[in-house]
Amino acid sequence: MNQSVFRLTLPILFGYLPLGMAFGVLFSTQLEYAWWAAPLMGIVIYAGAGQILAVSLLAVNAGLLEVFIAMFVLNARHLFYGLSLLGQFKGAGWRKLYLIFGLTDETYSLLTSRPRGSDRAHEQEVDFRITGFNQCYWVAGCAIGALLGDNVAFDSTGIEFALVALFIVLTLEQFKALGEGFPIWLGAAAAGFAMLILPPAHQLIGAIALVTAVLLFEYRKHRGQAPGKESSHG
Amino acid sequence: MGESGYLAAFIAVAAVATFATRVIPFLFFERHTEHPLVRHLGRYLPAAVMALLATVFLQRSADWSGSWMGFDALLPGVLVVIIHLWRRNALLSIAAGTISYMAIQQAGL
Repeated sequence: MNQSVFRLTLPILFGYLPLGMAFGVLFSTQLEYAWWAAPLMGIVIYAGAGQILAVSLLAVNAGLLEVFIAMFVLNARHLFYGLSLLGQFKGAGWRKLYLIFGLTDETYSLLTSRPRGSDRAHEQEVDFRITGFNQCYWVAGCAIGALLGDNVAFDSTGIEFALVALFIVLTLEQFKALGEGFPIWLGAAAAGFAMLILPPAHQLIGAIALVTAVLLFEYRKHRGQAPGKESSHG
Repeated sequence: MGESGYLAAFIAVAAVATFATRVIPFLFFERHTEHPLVRHLGRYLPAAVMALLATVFLQRSADWSGSWMGFDALLPGVLVVIIHLWRRNALLSIAAGTISYMAIQQAGL
């Protein structure tokens, strides 16, 4: 099982290792704290953009209330991820807490896109290992970056595009699995709209809120027209 | 509060705030797992979120002001789509897109 999980998470390895390293380098060059605090943050916080924001907050000795609000707002899009995984995580027992803790953009993408068999316990075990593998890549990146600091020799400029490519591939896979283009166009349009009217820090949450609102509206309209009928989009 | 005390408190607060965003839906909607609205969102939200993440991060990877006018990321992005539709091998599509993006960025054209 570990071999297939490794194959599945390989794109995340290519994304998380350099991004984790970028955070580690930033952490050790901008701040005076011990290097191991960087991987420690990867273990207990585990949020890409959140940790990079944390470096700038630490640099100015930000107040703890401000830290809480900034981190909550930055990660608010995760509020919507759980909504679509309520059933999938049900009955996962002690693993569930970790599945929820490790719900990053990339892990969410893999867990909702991969084909699932009928053996529920087995699939949840696979979900659990995917989450664990991904966090290991991230923590390793944080540690390597913090240890190397400015001495990173390999020119890895641009390697983080692996995550963009992963999102594109998973969009295509979602399209094939659903057999309808409506949510894809909705997501892309909401992203475009959010990028036009919102500053970068609020674009993701703005777009996700917009998508959810449209899906809610469409659900109500659909329920009003054809009660009891299974959904069908154009 | 000393330096390391501040760091410990900082990390704890940041961890709680991040975890809160991930756990809240499970705390408040767990009993409604079978509700048709929750099922509706579970069916369509992931695809929409994926398209949205791809769009936003593709846009952020691009240099819109330079001579490439965004094509430094758009071309590798299109390459990912073409190769994936052709071979449907996720690793191959991702590697091709990433390598071409790195080549363009590092060539510094």
